[in-house]
Amino acid sequence: MPESDFKAKFLSVKEMEAVAKKLRRHIIMMTGKAGSGHPGGSLSSVEIITSLYFNLLRHNPKDPHWLDRDRFILSKGHAAPLLYAVLAECGYFPVEELLTLRQLGSNLQGHCDCTVTPGVEMTAGSLGQGLSFAVGVALAGRLDSQAYKVYVLLGDGECDEGQVWEAAMAAAHHKLDNLIAIVDNNGLQIDGWNRDVMNLDPFNKKWQAFGWQVIEVDGHDLTQLLNAFNQAKSVKGQPTVIIAHTVKGKGVSFMENNPDFHGKAPNAAEVQLALKELE
Amino acid sequence: MPEEVAMREAYGKTLVELGKENKDVVVLDADLSKSTMTTFFAKEFPERFFDCGIAEQNMVGIAAGLASSGKIPFASTFAVFVPGRCFDQIRVSIASPRLNVKLVVTHGGITVGEDGSSHQAVEDLSLALSLPGFTVIVPADAIETAQAVRTAASSIGPFYIRLARLKTPLVYKDDYRFKLGKAVMMRPGKDATIIAIGIMVASALEAADNLKKQGIDCGVLNISTLKPIDEATIIKAATDTGAIVTAEEHLEHGGLGSIVSQIVVKHQPVPMEFVAIKDTYAESGKPAELLEKYGLTAKDIEQAVHTVLKRKKKP
Repeated sequence: MPESDFKAKFLSVKEMEAVAKKLRRHIIMMTGKAGSGHPGGSLSSVEIITSLYFNLLRHNPKDPHWLDRDRFILSKGHAAPLLYAVLAECGYFPVEELLTLRQLGSNLQGHCDCTVTPGVEMTAGSLGQGLSFAVGVALAGRLDSQAYKVYVLLGDGECDEGQVWEAAMAAAHHKLDNLIAIVDNNGLQIDGWNRDVMNLDPFNKKWQAFGWQVIEVDGHDLTQLLNAFNQAKSVKGQPTVIIAHTVKGKGVSFMENNPDFHGKAPNAAEVQLALKELE
Repeated sequence: MPEEVAMREAYGKTLVELGKENKDVVVLDADLSKSTMTTFFAKEFPERFFDCGIAEQNMVGIAAGLASSGKIPFASTFAVFVPGRCFDQIRVSIASPRLNVKLVVTHGGITVGEDGSSHQAVEDLSLALSLPGFTVIVPADAIETAQAVRTAASSIGPFYIRLARLKTPLVYKDDYRFKLGKAVMMRPGKDATIIAIGIMVASALEAADNLKKQGIDCGVLNISTLKPIDEATIIKAATDTGAIVTAEEHLEHGGLGSIVSQIVVKHQPVPMEFVAIKDTYAESGKPAELLEKYGLTAKDIEQAVHTVLKRKKKP
């Protein structure tokens, strides 16, 4: 598809703040309606994904397979409600479809499935696989002299998986400067705080030791995120990881820093309470 | 004696031909390129060869990413590591999204020999066959290997192709044409049919020769494509000969014998016997010694035919 047909709407920070709130409301309503799902890790990634889809990615909702598109790969596949919400808001499919999440026959599976949802690049759900996949996509882009960038979002708990570090080694080995990883560093995994379950520290030094440029930001500050992405795009000869410090369950007081809402949906009363907070 | 050629040598050479024909063919290995012979491709097309080091899970994920971007990745290592070392990665990153990745593995079965049981894949086919959407091929010789690899390159979807380590007798001539999903009747017979895969096809032919001298007329069927399997030809063999022996260098459960018996019991129940490894891991030893100890020789196939014939219904 020629560049002229490419229609991405880039929003201002103020506009994106409004979008972020809308995405949070979708997440609550979707998981509430489904009666299951992962609100906590979806809410923590909202600003990361908002800044990408509304200010950085070159993509075309009318042509999800556009060859020149930037790729966004969701490795933490349990944040599917967030990705679906943003894809719907971008126009990949109708917003009304969001409430079919997790229902029989729906295009919106519990974890991302690239065979049924327009705009989803990779099937995920079993953690630790997205960075390897992203390395493959980045290598293909280089082989084909394509200018696209590959963005991949990981969870911090996900980094317990050894495969993440196999892929980290490979990305640096191949000097993949078209690859940008983001870690949603909300500090929590299902069984509790990362530091109690499986300590990741010193997290930034681990990535540095694997040959990556590391940028740390407040993962809920859109301006910081945009600056980090723009800095990452200009790096030559090595991949970049943006460690985004976030709060699990961000935006809903009773979900914040509460690991119970990793994989539990809000009940009807909690949905109402949450939506009130997100007005 | 027929000429003996290593399947993996045929694989390596075919990859180079494919590389010349199609720029989208890329190859990955996990630090075993000299053994899998992907090194031929690496020398010819270094920019399209990715050695992933000793990291099979990552190799599978990278292959999936390359495939999703329009490449035709062939990923190779020993059969004991793929699928065993990275089954979940194959399941989620390749099988579920039905990506166009070709897993071609060498050193299948116990004829790996002296390296011992850690390196002898005896349950790999069971794992590969369990994956929805995967095509699974076990070639019988180097000629069939070359053609199966070509077929994989020109077909869309995930493939698992299992090759042997040793040089293997050629059971085909150069004019052989592999057909995906079609079994090949190597020789017709009236009394029983031996259904075999991989290196056991040559042994089945040897067994059928010996049985002929004893007055038993045995057919030999090379299955070639284990999945999707040629049901019609299996049903016809059961109908025509009334007794079946399967032969595979794999555990008895979950491989060729299991699939064939499901088809036979559903469509044309006849007595069956199974030449395979019996619910055990093997050990270090010379390949020929291991085949004998674990019951995978032409003699074992002959014995199985005698046993099955005792149970065959008299016409």
